[in-house]
Amino acid sequence: MSHPLPQTPPIRDEYEIPLAPLPGLVLQRQFSLPQRIWQQDWVRKGAILVLLALVWEIIARWQDNDLLLPTFLQTAQAFLDGLRSGELFGKTWLSLQVLLKAYVLGIVAAFVLTTLAVSTRFGRDLLSTLTSMFNPLPAIALLPIALLWFGLGEGSLIFVLVHSVLWALAVNTYAGFLGVSETLRMAGRNYGLRGLGFVLQVLVPAALPSILAGLRIGWAFAWRTLIAAELVFGATSGKGGLGWYIFQNRNELYTDKVFAGLAMVIIIGLLVENLVFNTLERVTVKKWGMQR
Amino acid sequence: MHNPAAETASVSAAAVHPPLLQVDRVSLQYRSATAVVQATHEVSFDVHPADRFVLLGPSGCGKSSLLKSVAGFLPPAAGEIRLEGQAVHQPGPDRIVVFQEFDQLPPWKTVLQNVMFPLLASRTLGKREAAERARHYLDKVGLARFADAYPHTLSGGMKARVAIARALAMQPKMLLMDEPFAALDALTRRKMQEELLALWEEVRFTLLFVTHSIEEALVVGNRILLLSPHPGRVRAEINSHQYDLSSLGGAGFQQTAQRIHRLLFEEGSGSPTPTTEQAIHFGDVRFSY
Repeated sequence: MSHPLPQTPPIRDEYEIPLAPLPGLVLQRQFSLPQRIWQQDWVRKGAILVLLALVWEIIARWQDNDLLLPTFLQTAQAFLDGLRSGELFGKTWLSLQVLLKAYVLGIVAAFVLTTLAVSTRFGRDLLSTLTSMFNPLPAIALLPIALLWFGLGEGSLIFVLVHSVLWALAVNTYAGFLGVSETLRMAGRNYGLRGLGFVLQVLVPAALPSILAGLRIGWAFAWRTLIAAELVFGATSGKGGLGWYIFQNRNELYTDKVFAGLAMVIIIGLLVENLVFNTLERVTVKKWGMQR
Repeated sequence: MHNPAAETASVSAAAVHPPLLQVDRVSLQYRSATAVVQATHEVSFDVHPADRFVLLGPSGCGKSSLLKSVAGFLPPAAGEIRLEGQAVHQPGPDRIVVFQEFDQLPPWKTVLQNVMFPLLASRTLGKREAAERARHYLDKVGLARFADAYPHTLSGGMKARVAIARALAMQPKMLLMDEPFAALDALTRRKMQEELLALWEEVRFTLLFVTHSIEEALVVGNRILLLSPHPGRVRAEINSHQYDLSSLGGAGFQQTAQRIHRLLFEEGSGSPTPTTEQAIHFGDVRFSY
């Protein structure tokens, strides 16, 4: 308090420091081995799965009722048996075949709709009306009608699945197209791109993060619709898929096989998510710095 | 840096050669949510081959709209824009735009693919020739080493260089630049101006350059069109071929800068504003409203 602050800052001596090279200074240090292992996504996710299996095993043993909740080991046994006999594998393959066909069809339909929507006003109105009509409608609700139209078999399943993929993907893709920056659009048009070339070379890659999100949602919707359809109308696909396997085994009170079927659904979900979509993301949007 | 004598020669040759670009009493309008806004009112000017023509004016004078209109993105409400005598109706690869924003480079293409993009999209060249030419121009802007890098790994100045290399590689009739360096830091901007002039010295492209910095206009341009604020009208055309980066802060440079300042800001008001009495400091003069 006694010293009043000076009005001008003091003038100090200038100085220069000649910089000598720094021998022996490590500018970059590798992570230690455990750190590097823990950096791997699959290690952390694997640890979570192991933990969940452990909890399951403990609860099931404590519960001690095979009929209600088989233990993890029993389920694993049933799963392996199913694979070995080929039954589980065959049913899964049946389901996946139908799913893939419908998925591809749904993607093509969504692409056509969204391309129409970005190029014409009528297309835009069509897309927004159709999506607001059909997106909230559970695809499975169309199954009775589909059975009436296409009969028992693949046709009716594909109809329902396309419906479950199409709207989710179309909504996401269209939102992605709208989000493409004006500068990129102008750059594309500047180079003489128009119509389909413009959509394929500018809009699709620029909107890829949203499109991938749409593909993910579409995949999940389709997968759950398929299993539900097979559960409700067991023999819809004629030979019966994974859902039918679950339903049949529940009727015969093979609870461990029911769990094995459910595990298959989950494993396929995990594989597709981690191997297909994450890889797709890594070699595209993440590599391009469009998504973290 | 560049040779003023050669430029005066090209300026006097203008009488013989027809202008490359004619902007003929162009009025521009754009739609906002509630109204139609008049951006420019009957603006006319001619750009000759190898010109470094600068559109200068305060924010809201419609200079960017004029550039967009020349590029073909914004059709004039009245008047006509002619490139080599042909009316401009739509965007095309004969007028390549370099934007200010960094996101003008598609992030899914590497630097090399970015430079090849217009060549391939407009089917000017085949894949191999395009790659060859792209490498040539990347080398010119000093980015040959980064050909396989993705844009998100580059600094702002490097992105601007890629955009310029991409524009030059097309060898367009005109290069349109919309405040290409405005988003860069002052040091990088100075470096880019220097490089742009060196490139012009080598390639002699025709440039239409939009800026709102008097200093940048004087350094980069050989002729400056001054636009009045809202709606944009032509206030003056000024020669600046005698100035380059080495004349920064010189007496003639200062005088011209103050004259431009006066022309832009004393419109309508009879009394001189006190600001013109002060020397303008060219650390980084940018004015905006």
